[in-house]
Amino acid sequence: MAEHAPSAKRIQSETDALIAPGHTLASITEKIASLALKRRTPLGWFVGFGISFLLLQALLYTLAVLLFKGVGVWGINVPVGWGFDIINLVWWIGIGHAGTLISAILLLLRQDWRTSINRFAEAMTLFAVACAVIFPVFHTGRPWLAAYWLFPYPNTMGLWPNFRSPLIWDVFAISTYGTVSALFWYVGLIPDMATLRDRAKSKAWKIVYGMAAMGWRGSARHWHNYESAYLLLAGLATPLVISVHTVVSLDFAAGVIPGWHATIFPPYFVAGAIYAGFAMVLTLSIPLRKAYGLEDFITMKHLENMAKVMLATGLIVAYGYTMEAFMAWYSGNPYEKFMMANRMGGPYAVFYWLLILCNVLAPNLLWIKNLRTNTTFLFLISLVVGVGMWLERFVIIPVSLHRDFLPSSWGSYAGTRYDWSAFLGTIGLFLTLFFLFIRFMPVISIFEMRTILPEGEGGEPKS
Amino acid sequence: MRRRGTGTPDIHGVMAEFNTPHDVVEAAHRVHAQGYRKVDAYSPYPIEELSHALGFHHSPLPLLVLLGGIFGLVAVYGLQYWSAVIEYPMNIGGRPLHSWPAFVVPTFDGTILFASLTAVLGVLALNGLPEPYHPVFNVPTFALASRDKFFLCIEARDPKFDRDKTRDLLRALPGVVDVVEVEH
Repeated sequence: MAEHAPSAKRIQSETDALIAPGHTLASITEKIASLALKRRTPLGWFVGFGISFLLLQALLYTLAVLLFKGVGVWGINVPVGWGFDIINLVWWIGIGHAGTLISAILLLLRQDWRTSINRFAEAMTLFAVACAVIFPVFHTGRPWLAAYWLFPYPNTMGLWPNFRSPLIWDVFAISTYGTVSALFWYVGLIPDMATLRDRAKSKAWKIVYGMAAMGWRGSARHWHNYESAYLLLAGLATPLVISVHTVVSLDFAAGVIPGWHATIFPPYFVAGAIYAGFAMVLTLSIPLRKAYGLEDFITMKHLENMAKVMLATGLIVAYGYTMEAFMAWYSGNPYEKFMMANRMGGPYAVFYWLLILCNVLAPNLLWIKNLRTNTTFLFLISLVVGVGMWLERFVIIPVSLHRDFLPSSWGSYAGTRYDWSAFLGTIGLFLTLFFLFIRFMPVISIFEMRTILPEGEGGEPKS
Repeated sequence: MRRRGTGTPDIHGVMAEFNTPHDVVEAAHRVHAQGYRKVDAYSPYPIEELSHALGFHHSPLPLLVLLGGIFGLVAVYGLQYWSAVIEYPMNIGGRPLHSWPAFVVPTFDGTILFASLTAVLGVLALNGLPEPYHPVFNVPTFALASRDKFFLCIEARDPKFDRDKTRDLLRALPGVVDVVEVEH
């Protein structure tokens, strides 16, 4: 019995810790750098990368067919002109939001627990944005011709984009978001690239990492300006991340379709984005910490905090669904009432109720601490939320469109095999990029991990 | 023109190595008090006290970023006004040509984009990066500056620099592990 009390206390403090005890500056550096620098690539990496790369080929094949035959190979037509393509755009963009939230907003709020998850969450953002932009770009059918009505550049036709259209706002919002996310990620990587340059054994890798580090030498002068830049970028990314999904939601809210034309859309979309994003961070981090033995750095505390954010944003999303249904009844508008009745009892009702199951009911299990701290359960619930968020966009987009104002214009919608292959293909693209990232880059920010060490272990002097 | 300072030989400076952040901050305070100004310190993570000890002033970056953001705001709003009102006026559903509420979103994004680009290019420019070669890398143990060691370097271009006296000063600092000359 005498042995039990202290060990139980120790376990308690370990589940609360952001970093396992006993780590030093050297051990953090060596552990994270060695993941990128090790010579032998584990077999599991090749298996995962191989499967992802095969899925990526499905995307390339689909896009080739689409360019050859036209967007008709996707199941979109009148009245459902936006199908899987826009669902997937919104789904991927939403997933990206958690990365920026973790790296920027939690930095400004001084949440130290962001430190061990921000790097791969930011990478996730970049890759998700890359997947997202494929859909609207190819939805235009002939992307090289779309350039002149999407981007303001002086062309020989003398044409300019219509800035009064939310679709043009999308172009600005998403391209700015992608650029700023890439800048933020790269700036965060510079000191770690220098660490890898100094640790790399082979000349070739020294040169590669050395070029990426651009001569960074950790000088006090460097850090002085660097800290300022990092905070400024966080401050700039914070309103940006809130605005991106707001603008995406305005694509719908500015339209006159019942089920789209609602003022609740911006906050409800942003909450949904963070919800889906944290689910994806959990989906990626749980296998990653297991495969790379990162339990010391991505502790139960991190997973539990992410689960709590997921629960909170899930409840906001549930409020959004409730308000949509309430306003359909309270407005007394026959089109709104029909839209909601059609969602709940129409031909696609099964998707609506599955959505409620995945996004509203299932996450409430996270109230229970034992489930919240069980990695297998967290992994499964994160997948459930990922599916739920995809269903949400399905319910909003095609289900609102397929019953037009005039019954003579009603139609039905289903994704074709090219819709599915494009969607699975972008999952392949996402995972391919992610596998490359976890093989060659530091998956955790090394220099930021050093700052959260206690002073006795070589951490920053606290004054 | 590298030979500056008083009777300096052709070296970049003298560098001291420390094991703890506390020691390097203390060393920076003392060296600064002795009147040395061309001093730099190296650490594996940002230490705010270190830049204070070395007497660095506020970074000009926030001002540059503000200017970048204002430029983006004016440029993108101007582009929209010019293209929608002057160059290519189109009557779309009878809406005014100068529909300023619709111009807010691209203007906001342009502001963020230019401010962010300024922040990144600004931090690189202020730090003199990319810099393919720097003498401090000639010190064999300097690779540990990105691991767990702390360094302080007094550069030869400092007017007070004297090869022997400066080296002795560094050697006398508390917690110093090693003092070496940095070759060009």
